[in-house]
Amino acid sequence: MKQPNVTPQMVKDHGLSDDEYKVIIKILGREPNYTELGIFSVMWSEHCSYKNSIALLKTLPRDGDCLLAKAGEENAGAVDIGDGLAVVFKIESHNHPSAVEPYQGAATGVGGILRDIFTMGARPIASLNSLRFGSPENPRVRYLIDGVVRGIGDYGNSFGVPTVAGETYFDEAYTGNPLVNAMAAGIVKTDKMISAVIKGDGNPVMIVGSKTGRDGIHGATFASEEISEKSESKRPSVQIGDPFTEKLLLEATLEVIDKGLAVGIQDMGAAGITCSCSEMSARGNSGVTIDIEKVPVREPGMTPYEILLSESQERMLVCVKKGKEKEVEEIFRKWELNSAIIGETNSSGIFRVRLNGETVAEIPSESLVLGGGAPVYTRETRKPERIEQPAHLNLADFPLSRDWNKDLLSLLASPNICNKDWVYNQYDSMVRTNTALGPGSDAAVMRIRKTRKAIAFTTDCNGRYCYLDPRVGAQQAVAEAARNVVCSGARPVAITNCLNFGNPYKPEIYYGFAEAVAGMGEACRIFGTPVTGGNVSFYNEDPDHAVFPTPVIGMLGIVDDISDITTQWFKDEGDLIFLVGENREELGASEYLHTIFGKNVGPVPQLDLTFEKLLQDALLAAIKAGWVKSAHDCSDGGLAVALAEGAISNRDRMIGAEIYLDDNIRPDALLFGETQSRIIITASETTGEKLVDHFAAAGLPIAAIGRVGGRFLKINDEINLSIEEMNSAYYESLRTKLERFS
Amino acid sequence: MKFGVVTFPGSNCDYDAYAAAKLLGEEVTFLWHQSSDLQGADVIILPGGFSYGDYLRSGAIARFSPIMKEVVEFAHAGFPVLGICNGFQVLVESGLLPGALMRNDHLRFSCRFIHIRVERNDNIFTAAASTGDILKIPIAHKDGNYYNFTADIDALEKNGQILFRYCDSRGNITPESNPNGSMANIAGICNREGNVVGLMPHPERAVEDILGSSDGLQIFNSIKLSLARGKKLERA
Repeated sequence: MKQPNVTPQMVKDHGLSDDEYKVIIKILGREPNYTELGIFSVMWSEHCSYKNSIALLKTLPRDGDCLLAKAGEENAGAVDIGDGLAVVFKIESHNHPSAVEPYQGAATGVGGILRDIFTMGARPIASLNSLRFGSPENPRVRYLIDGVVRGIGDYGNSFGVPTVAGETYFDEAYTGNPLVNAMAAGIVKTDKMISAVIKGDGNPVMIVGSKTGRDGIHGATFASEEISEKSESKRPSVQIGDPFTEKLLLEATLEVIDKGLAVGIQDMGAAGITCSCSEMSARGNSGVTIDIEKVPVREPGMTPYEILLSESQERMLVCVKKGKEKEVEEIFRKWELNSAIIGETNSSGIFRVRLNGETVAEIPSESLVLGGGAPVYTRETRKPERIEQPAHLNLADFPLSRDWNKDLLSLLASPNICNKDWVYNQYDSMVRTNTALGPGSDAAVMRIRKTRKAIAFTTDCNGRYCYLDPRVGAQQAVAEAARNVVCSGARPVAITNCLNFGNPYKPEIYYGFAEAVAGMGEACRIFGTPVTGGNVSFYNEDPDHAVFPTPVIGMLGIVDDISDITTQWFKDEGDLIFLVGENREELGASEYLHTIFGKNVGPVPQLDLTFEKLLQDALLAAIKAGWVKSAHDCSDGGLAVALAEGAISNRDRMIGAEIYLDDNIRPDALLFGETQSRIIITASETTGEKLVDHFAAAGLPIAAIGRVGGRFLKINDEINLSIEEMNSAYYESLRTKLERFS
Repeated sequence: MKFGVVTFPGSNCDYDAYAAAKLLGEEVTFLWHQSSDLQGADVIILPGGFSYGDYLRSGAIARFSPIMKEVVEFAHAGFPVLGICNGFQVLVESGLLPGALMRNDHLRFSCRFIHIRVERNDNIFTAAASTGDILKIPIAHKDGNYYNFTADIDALEKNGQILFRYCDSRGNITPESNPNGSMANIAGICNREGNVVGLMPHPERAVEDILGSSDGLQIFNSIKLSLARGKKLERA
């Protein structure tokens, strides 16, 4: 085959630096040909190689007793939950494709993360999404939201995984570059878990699932650039999802694994066949030779370069046990899917591609992959002005003669706080009938059949905090995720993370990244929640600015007994309401300042990780003792919003409350300040005393602040609102904002 | 008694229907779409999901699968067939039930708990309920907007074929409680003979308190009760 000659311009167009190109020549002992250049280009792209992040990621805590697969070892992290079962979970970004083609971008994000789960032999049990957009006042943003939500819904609903939790957050910082982070989790019997590995001598390598087309070529490279006017032309880099095929692929793959026919399996996402062949063989210290003409393709005339780099969805690479290929074929035929033997394993350590017998690419697998020959950089950092000399928050600028009722209603209706059922009702949250607690409480909880256990999931990150203080902001993201999990009755066990940042070559961006990773590590060490993997997404910038540093935390918790499952809403007339934690005069970085005054200034609320851990442990013990009827953390919008949510978040049974607070701090800070490490719990009259003793014994401040009951929320003399008023502000606002036609 | 749950490629509530029937302590078997053998099932469930991807029109392809030929014969012989969500769409497409299920009036997928009212309890699938019972059961669909000609809606009414209607939590049939624009708030209907029933809500998702409701058990219990009574269900 005649390949185009590699020119310096071609190297540049492939996003490889001069230095990187020199390394390639050294590895190969010659100039690469055009196909090989394409292979190095995608494998060494930011998206596949983590070249600008891996050095820092390695500083995160990655060990834990319960980890069966650690960060980077497999397609997703795996946590032993006992009873011979493991939970496999991971979060991943699909920001760039969603920015140019929201429906398919988001849909394939969901498809990709689901494959990461079932490629390990796990059946997906839950899907979550952490979404960030610009202001819903902007019509282009509304178009993005509509497409992303429909894309997530159509894919997950058809595939048959319940989409049970997540976040939808709005800020101007995400206008041109929305963040679409998809998380999924699955359950697998520990003895059925399978590795993403190619090894052995003469084991057949099969490609299964969809045929390979010209879609998504260089998608990984596209994801490693900033969004610009030119991005629209990258629309063909976005893949097209087919959830029906994915559903068949799931069933067929699990059948192959269950019958013990495979050595290893990996899905094809970014960089397609190239990535799966090189990663799997590098992991197995083996080699693989592919006969590219054997790959089933959608159209004639595709070059090896195109086939190798295609990111066509719903495909898997299976390393089959020699002699079992007929059985594998049979299973895929039953599910009406393609399967083809395209190559064979060997011990050479080389990823070799042939076209009709002629070698068109020949590269040591190890040299291509993260942890092997892929470049590793630590970038320059510079502390941004906004952090070096933060704007001083002068509380005197914010008048106190205000209508607090009106402010609370404005907050309840603000896009970041209001109920998101317009989003989550478009997702099937119940299919497979394991959803014990769906969207709308602090975390989602899935029961595990045939056990007393359940699993809690949440995603959290406050981008505004991270913008103002990336280190503390990242700590807060971990702390809030853990708090949400504990409020639901689970003990936090591990996290996955999706690190969304701007261009790493800009020192101020990289400073934010480095600080956030450090903060996350500190928090994870305190909470005992190792990082099991995840995803880094750089270059989240539009021509105007970068997104807020947004290290999204996806947390997994174990509910030891389903009777521990706890919800955030008030239960019965006459129940006592307690506040655990302290109210402080902290108004910086709050949703209140943002919504009411349009201000985004710090300081961010303080966080004492040790205190937070103590508080969470005590809360979980109280829940397990059966003393807690509801638990809800104070986060965006502060105490007043948390209390209002307690009153109205169970739509079937809204109930008011009367609250008396005697803190001597400004009413705005008391009502709406976002001081950390605070939980509102309710309990029956008879257990109230036990709770007070319990928290006091742990050295934690606890105060009885009121009672559940009536049809109004009353807080001191400041707040007096009817259930109906709060209901309409909280539940109708997002729909009204999004279903506009201009 | 033996339940048969059909699995089309793209069915994704087949396991849920299986689990619900198992809760009754009954025998359940999956029936593969390519098969022509109902394996001696006494009642057939067509489950929810997206059969064959539903890319053309919901249920439009599934009706041609080999198992459906058997299901149609089974239904014509008077044996009980229940279609849930996508199963209802398949029953309509295959002509076992009248009318059409169009895109929801608000054009979006909708998954949430709603209420339905049992309109008659003289049917195999409602015998354990009382007429007027209000069931809290989830919906999860994009194409559940029941449509028929006005005269045919009247005929359904007159023949007692409307089994379930969307209602509010107190049982009132209101426009606000209609989640998808269905004519006459129709959530579920049966054929003239009463042995073929389709409904959009998912009773199999409301069979344990931990799932948010166990009202769906009414429908499964009804099947068990009716089959125990043995009315018209003896195999020919």
